Amino acid sequence: MKREPEGNEFDRRRFIQLGGLSLSAFLAACGSNGPAWADGLLGFAERKNESVERLLLRKGARDMARKSAKNAGKSFPSYFISDKVPMWDESTRGKWMLEVSGAVKRPVKLSLEDLTKMKGVSQRVNHYCVEGWNAVAEWTGVRVSDLARLVEPTGDVQYVDFQSFDNDYHESWDIGTAMLPQTLVAYGMDGQMLGPAHGAPARLHSPAKLGYKNTKYLTKIVFMPARNGGYWSDQGYEWFGGT
Amino acid sequence: MTAGDMAGPDAAPVAPLPPLVAATPPVEPAAPMVVKRHHWIVRVTHWVNALAITLMVGSGLQIFNAYPAFARRGETFCCYPFEHKAIPKWATFGGWLAGARHWHFAMMWVLVVNGLIYLGFIYLHGEWRDLVPRKNDPRDALEMIKFYLFVRKTHPHQGKHNAMQKGTYFLLPIIAAVLVLSGVSIWKPVEFGFITSLFGGYVWARYWHFMAMTALVALSAAHVFMVFAVDPYSMRSMITGKYNERNSPEERNARPFYHLFPRKRAPEAP
Repeated sequence: MKREPEGNEFDRRRFIQLGGLSLSAFLAACGSNGPAWADGLLGFAERKNESVERLLLRKGARDMARKSAKNAGKSFPSYFISDKVPMWDESTRGKWMLEVSGAVKRPVKLSLEDLTKMKGVSQRVNHYCVEGWNAVAEWTGVRVSDLARLVEPTGDVQYVDFQSFDNDYHESWDIGTAMLPQTLVAYGMDGQMLGPAHGAPARLHSPAKLGYKNTKYLTKIVFMPARNGGYWSDQGYEWFGGT
Repeated sequence: MTAGDMAGPDAAPVAPLPPLVAATPPVEPAAPMVVKRHHWIVRVTHWVNALAITLMVGSGLQIFNAYPAFARRGETFCCYPFEHKAIPKWATFGGWLAGARHWHFAMMWVLVVNGLIYLGFIYLHGEWRDLVPRKNDPRDALEMIKFYLFVRKTHPHQGKHNAMQKGTYFLLPIIAAVLVLSGVSIWKPVEFGFITSLFGGYVWARYWHFMAMTALVALSAAHVFMVFAVDPYSMRSMITGKYNERNSPEERNARPFYHLFPRKRAPEAP
């Protein structure tokens, strides 16, 4: 072992003083949210994380609910941003139609009957909420990728916006996740037609993104060359929100 | 007794040998014996770790409070007695769910990079030898416990760390690995579904993430307690890197809050 003479008293004292000062400055600067100067750093980290998340996105990634897991059924939480459960009122708004448009060659408007007549899939998957809970349900619907095939997005499309009649709630997605085989416009849940609590007449559902990205009460799917945020993403939640 | 007394009757009388070490007047306290204990890379990664883990635990608990339970919706969970009880606000960081998530996902990179620098350094520089378990460690740890419980009177011999410390410092990277893997399982349960399955699914991955965090916090709390209660002099070694062996717990025969100050040495016999 190397022996060294003493003589660092000043350094140590100064270290403790400076360390204590900077620590209390840090703690004072922290409201409950953390210091304001950290916002830039956190924004940088979020952008870098998004590129990592895009890199991790695999076409073959599939979610499957565990066999031992029970369907959430009535315990499946029901969220919406309107004051009360949003319901499509045909008498004032006319027949519900899903508009698939934007930068596409053949925009379409589909009724619920049109959707149910299309090639559908059923999948028993997890729903991952940003809050930390998960819930299992069997979703029935049409793949967003099949809808894309129908309307033929132009070459510059990179994003898709999913809009709703729930107080203008919407969330935009990267095209990669939207085209995954498990990303559905779902009209059925656990073998029943979707109820108003869970986004009737149709909602977006995919295990590949956190719950808040999965727009309920769908009205419009817009293919776009640029992203346009979303209800929760604009309030500070990660825009990508992939799983 | 002199050398002459022990010689046989035929031996010529021999003058007593001079003492091997020149007698010095007793020093109070004993002359310091300062060694370099921690490389600057170890010191820097230690403090980065301390800050980043604090923020990670606080933001993690804030995230947990958004759903302070483990049960899948529609089920109950067997193994956590505080389901749906929120963590006290003072223990959380980040303010709200989204803020805490941003902190958590930023700090995770700091911790991973910092951890890799630390592990790479102790591997290349050889410090890992101070931390790997040895055959006698369980016995030595038992001796330490006996000493702390006043069953044993004298501090067991120790080098840089005692056996319980070694065990802790060896365990920490393993807990960290569990935290990283279970964290990845929660962050990307679909992309990394195979890792999530290793933990028994999403619910259990969250549980193991939480439990590993609890273990890490418990060991860190014990670590900080022992620094102040047994070896405050080691604080210097984690700041400047230097350590005065005269102040070591073994030299002081120190138990928690016992013999915190260096012992005055009795003058050596002439």
